[in-house]
Amino acid sequence: MYDFNSYTEAHSIDEAVRALGGNPNARVIAGGTDVLIKLRSRDEAFVGRDLEGITRIPGLAGVSVDTQGDITIGAATSFSQIENDETITRCLASLGTAAGSIGGPQIRNVGTIGGNLANGATSADTAAVLLTYNASLVIHDSSGSHEMPACEFHTGPGKVRLEQGQLLTAVKIARADYEGYRGSYIKFAVRQAMDIATLGCAVLVKMDGNVIEDLRIAFGVAGPTPLRAAAAERFAKGKVPSGKILEQLGRICLEDTKARDSWRAAKAFREQLITVLPQRAISQALGGDGNA
Amino acid sequence: MRKAINVEVNGKAHEMFVDERLSLLELLRDELQLTGTKQGCGVGECGACAVLVDGKAVDSCIYLAVWADSRKVTTIEGIAATDGTLSDIQESFVESGAIQCGFCTPGLVIAATALLDQQPEPSRAQIRRGLSGNLCRCTGYSKIIDAVENVAKTRNGG
Repeated sequence: MYDFNSYTEAHSIDEAVRALGGNPNARVIAGGTDVLIKLRSRDEAFVGRDLEGITRIPGLAGVSVDTQGDITIGAATSFSQIENDETITRCLASLGTAAGSIGGPQIRNVGTIGGNLANGATSADTAAVLLTYNASLVIHDSSGSHEMPACEFHTGPGKVRLEQGQLLTAVKIARADYEGYRGSYIKFAVRQAMDIATLGCAVLVKMDGNVIEDLRIAFGVAGPTPLRAAAAERFAKGKVPSGKILEQLGRICLEDTKARDSWRAAKAFREQLITVLPQRAISQALGGDGNA
Repeated sequence: MRKAINVEVNGKAHEMFVDERLSLLELLRDELQLTGTKQGCGVGECGACAVLVDGKAVDSCIYLAVWADSRKVTTIEGIAATDGTLSDIQESFVESGAIQCGFCTPGLVIAATALLDQQPEPSRAQIRRGLSGNLCRCTGYSKIIDAVENVAKTRNGG
């Protein structure tokens, strides 16, 4: 038996937002693959809370494309749904790769993209990828809804810009941020399943002939939050992605990262990965074998 | 607080009044006496507690019992026919020597059942991935993967 105080299931976003806003003891639970595990270890942030279930809110799970070609992913969409979704596979392939790299099948069947973001982990596989797509997050509260760039959402380890009474309801990606781009995501971990990334690297590249027109690089676990490697992105623009250029680019990535030692890996090892993985990811995105 | 739920378990409808803090695993084992589903790690790492909910494999130890409301749950007890005839996957586990202590077997049979429903012709790599949420501390996995591969071959006429 889990030691929370109560569980209610919201049937609409309004109902969830009211319940969360009106009770400082309330916490959101989606697939439970983080919350219930924290409860199992009696994490004080969750013991005795009033849990608000959101996974049965109609419309909160699923992927849709509007007439402009902009894509909306409901916060309660499971990793399995994302991995197997036709739109994601066609337009946001690297997001599908990231979703498919999480946990094992049972975890992916219940864990949600909203939970992956809202728990604030720097290792969240989908978070790094969403940064490369310049995704925006839809947040609801009692006064309505607003959008926030995904790059402003994470504020520190386990911390995100969500106030009590606010609910992350969707992730949006504009057509201009995926059309003509090719992306890839490399999760470096000790095991190929049921593991947390030692380092995650997402890239999204748009070519103009043989020259890089635009490049976006994002990392997980290269700092306290998922982050973009802005200096390396600037460096790459207008260049031919030769082996030498990619090698230089890998080193420039270190200008924006703040890797640290943890029991999973040493800082020096992470920094080695920070220089190597973007090269592999870019080669992969451009159709190579990733052995740059 | 207790909540009324309607859940179908192995084809049988149950109207139950459950403590909302209960996991689906506790509901199955303690309230319905379906003890084939095992508790291993309790945190979704080992897959010993895997069951099917609306055909999808989930770890029942980290799945609230109330989430099963209006859903169909299949446990290892519902995989064999009512007369006790084993499913082809169960039979293949026996034939392939994929069982030692047996603690992980119910979860692995569930995971394999879901895998072959979704991917009727999996490669060996896809089988490994499909079973990656289940730990076995005895067999070394090779014979488990053989068992699933053999079922797929037989089902596909080979």
